[in-house]
Amino acid sequence: MTDAAIETLAEEPERPRLRLLPLKVSEGFVAALPIIILLFIGFIGPMALVLIYSFMPRGSFSIPASPSLENYVDIVEQDFYISFAWSLFLAFISVVILLVVCYPLAVALRRIKGRRAHLLTLLIVAPLFVAENIRLQGWVLFFDKGGFLDGALKVVTGLETGSLVNNVPAIVFGICYIYLPFMLFPILLGLGNVPREAREAAYDLGGSRWRVFRDIELPLAMPGILIGSLLCFVISLGAFNEAKFLGKGVIVTVAQDIESAFTFGQNWPRGSALSVLMIVLAGSAVWLAMRRVNLDRMLGRR
Amino acid sequence: MASATPILQLRNIVKSFGSLNAVDGVSLDIDEGELFTIVGPSGSGKTTLIRLLVGMDSPTSGDILLRGKRINDVPANKRPTCMVFQSLALFPHMSVGENVEYSAKCKGIPKKERQQRAAECLKLAHLPQSYYDKAVTQCSGGERQRVALARALAFNPEILFFDEPLSAIDYRLRKTLEKELKDIQRETGKTFVYITHSLEEAMVMSDRIGVMREGKLAQVGSPATIYTEPENRFVTEFMGEVNSLPVQLADDGRLHCEALDASFEPPAGMPPGFSHGVLIVRPENVAISDDAASAAGGNLIRGELFNEYLLGSRIQYQVRSGAMVFLIEELRADAVARIPGAKVTLSWQPGDSMVFPE
Repeated sequence: MTDAAIETLAEEPERPRLRLLPLKVSEGFVAALPIIILLFIGFIGPMALVLIYSFMPRGSFSIPASPSLENYVDIVEQDFYISFAWSLFLAFISVVILLVVCYPLAVALRRIKGRRAHLLTLLIVAPLFVAENIRLQGWVLFFDKGGFLDGALKVVTGLETGSLVNNVPAIVFGICYIYLPFMLFPILLGLGNVPREAREAAYDLGGSRWRVFRDIELPLAMPGILIGSLLCFVISLGAFNEAKFLGKGVIVTVAQDIESAFTFGQNWPRGSALSVLMIVLAGSAVWLAMRRVNLDRMLGRR
Repeated sequence: MASATPILQLRNIVKSFGSLNAVDGVSLDIDEGELFTIVGPSGSGKTTLIRLLVGMDSPTSGDILLRGKRINDVPANKRPTCMVFQSLALFPHMSVGENVEYSAKCKGIPKKERQQRAAECLKLAHLPQSYYDKAVTQCSGGERQRVALARALAFNPEILFFDEPLSAIDYRLRKTLEKELKDIQRETGKTFVYITHSLEEAMVMSDRIGVMREGKLAQVGSPATIYTEPENRFVTEFMGEVNSLPVQLADDGRLHCEALDASFEPPAGMPPGFSHGVLIVRPENVAISDDAASAAGGNLIRGELFNEYLLGSRIQYQVRSGAMVFLIEELRADAVARIPGAKVTLSWQPGDSMVFPE
């Protein structure tokens, strides 16, 4: 080995740090840069645009105009609150139903071990690989008059169900069906934070099954339950296809209002104002729930 | 022990998982107020056994009697016993005080009384009162042990079970806690049933020890009895490092070891009908000397020293003789300087050896 080579080896540990940027930047920040840029272009940008448009005069297609509140006034005056109320109601009732359905299911899945658990999880996830509107259309064919259920019953028993779609319960069913995994998996994650020994210890100390559930299991699984509820609430607030396919116009949700304002209505500012209200609504739900959740703890960091 | 009926009686307890008997016919009486330790290697069924005793699982067959009453089918939350878990199983979302008070809360005891009892138990477990409001997640390992103990004491159980709670604690703290636990047991007069894989821990604390092996009790007795009169090879070897020689009874009444091509004087009181088995000598009972002339007498073996380890107050030597390696221990103060490779003579008195049939 030459002297020069030895010298380079000796210097190796003092390699200069990455100096791509003039400022002192951490390598973590550099690594996060692509996603930061993407979020600015794809998320913050459109949000800002929507916010600005919501204060533009009715029907305008360009930004530079004097701001006004007329879109918000319209929303209040033209009974848009009805679609807001429907969306909120649908989201709320779906979250409640999903909680009741998913919690026991998650508990059962936790108890099953090994390959059967993997298979069951796969079965629950499998529908996600098929497009949402195809699955919803499938349910329409199943429940509709002369559909699979109606027809099969008629042949076998002579009874008829008639059409079971085009009503609110059908929409709720659709929402619950589509968003079930979004409730189930966070709850499963939450239940993972309930050590078996903690439940056993509470039981051993004289706690009844109900007490153990209320004092130990529920509080420890709460982050998962809250996150699942939040996720389902926010996405079913924007539910659109369920009302369209299974409801066929019996009710109008906010998401449908927004769509028609941007498309048929050709009224971008109104669509934007509706969107802003939606974002505020969803955002406050997130804010309220996140005040109670410690994400670090949920992910096992303390 | 004084009391007429033992507080806990196990009658031929079996717990099977499929074709495997994790607990395989255990019968045992535990007396009121004693500290009884069940000790065994991992997989010996001791955790399975304690789960049966606490009521987390029910035995496949056999009876568990608490003060003479059969409690097989009484669930854990209805039994007047309580366990300190290996993982401690503290409730992470509760404060130290809430953890300690939990059992009282389940019983519906009013808050004031509850807090008073919690304060007593914190004191008993050597925790300062200021810890009442501290989050358990902020407690150190040793403090968490004390919280778990205080929580179990607050339940005021008739028997307190421990499932290796000290196994994850560093050596020095473990020694302190072992002795404190013994003190608390004496102070409260409660019956403690302790499970551990460490015979050393069992020796320090226990009034009596049950050594478990493959779901069965290999021996039950006081620490002194277990040490001086082990009933079988397993218990002897579980106690610590020993020299085990495969031997056969020769016609002349001596024990012949084929591996060494040597025969030894047997101890008095050989097991009846013995033909072949194992001769066990503890390392501290083997004397090491430079030549046969200065050896203490008894059974002699010649070998070559090849390793020495310092164990604090004692020195351990490894001596190779034929195909076997002997362990010898002597007090460091008595030791003379020895060179690895030196030829040495080992000797022991027949009375210090033990023989078990195979």
